[in-house]
Amino acid sequence: MAEAAPTTASSAPSPAAGADRIAAAFAAARHDGRAALMPYMMGAFPDAGSGRRIARVYSDAGADLVELGIPFSDPLADGPVIHAAATAALQAGATLESALEACREIASEIPVVAMCYSNMILSTGEDEFASRLAEAGAAGAIIPDLPLGEGAEIKEAMAVHGLAVVPLIAPTTSPERRREICAGAEGFVYLVSTTGVTGERAELPPELEDLAASAREESGVPVAVGFGISTPAQIASIAAIADGVIVGSRLVRAVQDAGDLESAAVAVSEFLAAAREALEGS
Amino acid sequence: MSAPAVEERFGRYGGRFVPETLISALDDLSAAWAAARSDTVFQDELSALLRDFVGRPTPLYPAERLSERIGRRVYLKREDLCHTGAHKINNAVGQTLLAKQMGKTRIIAETGAGQHGVATATACALMGLDCVVYMGSEDIRRQAPNVARMNLLGAKVEPVEAGARTLKEAVSAAIRDWVANVADSHYVIGSAVGPAPYPAMVRDLQRVIGDEARSQSLEAEGALPKRVIACVGGGSNSIGTFYAFLDDPVELVGVEAAGEGLESGRHGASLSAGSTGILHGALSSVLADDQGQILEAHSVSAGLDYPGVGPEHAHLRDTGRATYVSVTDTQALLAFREVARLEGIIPALESSHAIAWLLENAPESAGFDVLCLSGRGDKDLDEATAKLAELDG
Repeated sequence: MAEAAPTTASSAPSPAAGADRIAAAFAAARHDGRAALMPYMMGAFPDAGSGRRIARVYSDAGADLVELGIPFSDPLADGPVIHAAATAALQAGATLESALEACREIASEIPVVAMCYSNMILSTGEDEFASRLAEAGAAGAIIPDLPLGEGAEIKEAMAVHGLAVVPLIAPTTSPERRREICAGAEGFVYLVSTTGVTGERAELPPELEDLAASAREESGVPVAVGFGISTPAQIASIAAIADGVIVGSRLVRAVQDAGDLESAAVAVSEFLAAAREALEGS
Repeated sequence: MSAPAVEERFGRYGGRFVPETLISALDDLSAAWAAARSDTVFQDELSALLRDFVGRPTPLYPAERLSERIGRRVYLKREDLCHTGAHKINNAVGQTLLAKQMGKTRIIAETGAGQHGVATATACALMGLDCVVYMGSEDIRRQAPNVARMNLLGAKVEPVEAGARTLKEAVSAAIRDWVANVADSHYVIGSAVGPAPYPAMVRDLQRVIGDEARSQSLEAEGALPKRVIACVGGGSNSIGTFYAFLDDPVELVGVEAAGEGLESGRHGASLSAGSTGILHGALSSVLADDQGQILEAHSVSAGLDYPGVGPEHAHLRDTGRATYVSVTDTQALLAFREVARLEGIIPALESSHAIAWLLENAPESAGFDVLCLSGRGDKDLDEATAKLAELDG
């Protein structure tokens, strides 16, 4: 596929569109001769307006897809930076709807995949939650506490609304289980780079290359690597072994550390420009 | 493997809602526990430790003056007489022994009031394992003597600054540590909560309470009790007490913390006033808002100050096999003082909830009751004395 084939996703997309839009975004990056760049942001952090603005900067600065965190009180898979951002967003009154404003801002340009925890889905109602994601233009969902074998109803509801449920695999996942997860993957496979929660790491494990190669072989969809990736050098090395690179805590920290929204926008824009440069020719 | 598998679900509740990174460790733990719980060598070693180190069996004590006060016979299952002062040690010793057998060299635990932290630090000292205990910084402030005990026992107490800086955040921090150090570490969870196999494994390790109480009842009275009563926070002393009686014609009553009253919203009654949800890896009954954000619990008793509960209790509630009620901070404090003066026993504020319910619910009918006195109240003296002074005005 030669281009990202954006759909008019700000209105409700047709069922099954999510996986196709994600596939198109990875294919477009590959057509450019590089891995896809997928920055993560926390929705409605520090407030809904900032969320929209950061999403806009991500799209303008060359993100191929965006992973959008939905603030949750007890994010078990997340490290201190993202946990603190979720807590701050909730203290400022964040809701699913206000977090999804970032999605609405850019969903017609690039695919947005929501990272959300099971309890919010269950509490809202599986179908209601999925319909709200779809209505905001999301292409899929990453549910880090819904491993293979759990939450059939959640997965069904997402499918009904045309959302890809992106599965995660970890370095500790057994080869047999990994094959099963990869075979059933929708959108892309999220390969967790290290044994741990989200957060910046100085070094990535040496066995990652073999793991990524196996996952790419076993899966019919692209493989993106996330957790711990925080420097252009790491981005370049991941890009050489995977179809996509996810950067999270590093960018959330940039927003956190900036004194105001303008400096935050400049900081994330500069980081994404450096990230795109690191990806060229991958 | 011939040993029966460890239960993952209780009706619709339970499961493993955790990051993928932990799944292989939970599989390993499940297999190890399935083998250990039917392995006579392991069980003999555990029984010897429970006898010689923990001080089991604990007495089933006929509380004469309390019985006279309420007008029916009641026996107290004296878990307060366990080494370290509460039932928590039963689970801590069992899991630490299992972890050592699995080749783990480092133990992670969480603690609220500090009882489970002290119990785990104790078990680790006994078995020569490294121990790190996560504790909310607010709880560290409130429970300084237990922090000193853990330090003395060689454990490292890690303050947790997230959220309300109490038990819920300490559990999350412990799970995150485990996610990062799963190869060499075992997480000794302190209650019958968490992803499978924890709820079933903790119940298996606490069922000694009910097994002993059942045979002690038969010995003392030649009959089974009419009612078995225990407090419920995460629910480990209660499930451990109830389990032996599940197939008997015995009423099971779990007493939750109503805090400042269920209608106040400041309570810890996840079963009486919660909704179906997921916390710390299990589907159960939780305190959450309409968006699915987990709420802070409240109770005068730190051990009941938790917005979730073990999944097996949610199932026992739904099937009607057990009944769950709640009492307020004030009722628990008054019961704390009353039992001290009636029986010469200072109960933990957690156990005082069960006593408070009994004090007001003692119908004139045949039979006798067994109440699990899950721990001793020395840890609560400062808090309870101050609050009682306020009540007395």
